[in-house]
Amino acid sequence: MSRTPRRGYSNLFYLPGGLVYFVIFVVPTALAFFYSFTRWTLFEWEWIGFDNYRQFFREPSLKGGLRNTFVYTFVTSGSKVVLGFALGLLVTSKLRIKGTLRSLIFFPVLVSAVAVGITFKVLMNPTTGPINQLIGFFGTSGPKWLTDPTIALLSVALVDVWKGVGIAMVIFIAGILSVPEDLLEAASIDGANAWHRIRHVIIPMSWPATSTVVILSFIGGLRSFDLIQTMTNGGPGFTTEVIASSIYKQYQAGFYGLATAGNVILFLMVLLLVVPLQWMLSRGDYNR
Amino acid sequence: MRSVRRSVAEVAAFAVAFVVFVIPFLFIFLTAVKDRAAAAEFTFSIPDSWHGIDNIREVLATRNGMFMTAMQNSVILTVSSVALIVVLASMIGFTLDRRRDRVATVVSAFIMIGLMVPPAVVPTIYVLQELHLFKTLYGLILVEVAFNLSYATLLFRAFSATIPREVDEAAIIDGCNSWTLFWKVIFPLMRPVMISVILTMSVFIWSDFVNPLYFLPGSDNATVQLTLFNFQSQFSNSWNLLFMNVLLITIPPLALFLMFNKKIVAGMTSGALKG
Repeated sequence: MSRTPRRGYSNLFYLPGGLVYFVIFVVPTALAFFYSFTRWTLFEWEWIGFDNYRQFFREPSLKGGLRNTFVYTFVTSGSKVVLGFALGLLVTSKLRIKGTLRSLIFFPVLVSAVAVGITFKVLMNPTTGPINQLIGFFGTSGPKWLTDPTIALLSVALVDVWKGVGIAMVIFIAGILSVPEDLLEAASIDGANAWHRIRHVIIPMSWPATSTVVILSFIGGLRSFDLIQTMTNGGPGFTTEVIASSIYKQYQAGFYGLATAGNVILFLMVLLLVVPLQWMLSRGDYNR
Repeated sequence: MRSVRRSVAEVAAFAVAFVVFVIPFLFIFLTAVKDRAAAAEFTFSIPDSWHGIDNIREVLATRNGMFMTAMQNSVILTVSSVALIVVLASMIGFTLDRRRDRVATVVSAFIMIGLMVPPAVVPTIYVLQELHLFKTLYGLILVEVAFNLSYATLLFRAFSATIPREVDEAAIIDGCNSWTLFWKVIFPLMRPVMISVILTMSVFIWSDFVNPLYFLPGSDNATVQLTLFNFQSQFSNSWNLLFMNVLLITIPPLALFLMFNKKIVAGMTSGALKG
């Protein structure tokens, strides 16, 4: 192997892509750390120390955004892991319609968040919406999905899961199909029932899939913006405000330094949560 | 007995999946082909009269044909950024796989950062403005390339590992340098992963809402998702038109999915799992 010459491969190949990536992504990320400590108009800046950060942790609407981001992320990732795995098992079973099921469940992944958001906003309307009309048909009245402050965030999370569970499912399918058939047979011969096979063979063997789903949905959940923006715009009140949507509001209001501090908080959160999570999950990885 | 139970389970599974995943799309379609009054009732009834064509016409005419402008912008955006991503990411992915040296480690670290770290919005606007690219389609294309490059590179790197090095060696003996080796020999071999990357990235970029919102603002020259978002208030009492708009911009990804179902799923899982 070490004989293989490197001369066929030039480092210059990194250059064109690297240039775009550096200018449009790396430079702004580095600048963000600086400008988050300033009052900024894009043309002038004034150093104000930690004021932006203080404001982020003090002002109720912004503080609520931090909390909501956590809740939203945990609810969506948790549900995607559990449901994605269950659906993955279902469509790798002996069902004859598994192909159809797989396509049906995957399809919402391809529909844009704006389209999904608009559709569910109408479906979830408390009085005229078809969902509550259906519930009313059974004699009870449905919840005020998006207008009740106590459940609005969860309603959006529900739609997020509906839209995103297909990705989780197909990743789990890849994981479940990678479990060697003879291992499952050996387990059956040793008297393991279906539950034992899932618990002691499939789950440990498809662990890389689980950790991928957890990491992906965590990153996605922390950044989530488009569904919330379309469905509730942060309301009612600030009950569905998340970090990404507060960044947008501060940006619109012209508080560029504050918006940038929100961005820095967001990427610190991603790093502080996702890096340890990845480390923990990869320790449970049986394949490495 | 077993087969009966299995059939019952199948019917049940199908019924649940149908209600949860098909009914919402049926609702979009039915509302889109009704007239204004019927659409406002929000029911699943089959429309008394079909207004599909009229509604399309009306959506196209709204705000001086803004929909067609948006379609055109989105097509240009998607095609250009995907083409650039394929060219740039394949070069990086292949080189990363072949040169496993210190530079490659650094490049890989940057790719991991790109996958995890959310972009800093206002500083990006600032940089684009300095380059005179803010509020231009060119600027947005570069943004999509920069933000999606990491993921595409992972797919190309994973695929490059499956191309035997003997291929490179033979080509070099035949007189290829690194440039001709890549473009004449390797790049054509990457066709399978290229198709996955093209499909996956097309769907992502076509559906993207956040980046156009920030980097191509202004309602006159937007992309399809942004137009739809802005039409929400414009069409607030013509639900038939709003849903016709939803339907029209959902058709391209739907068509891709029906044609290339497996390739799209492969693009979305293989990179994720191997990364």
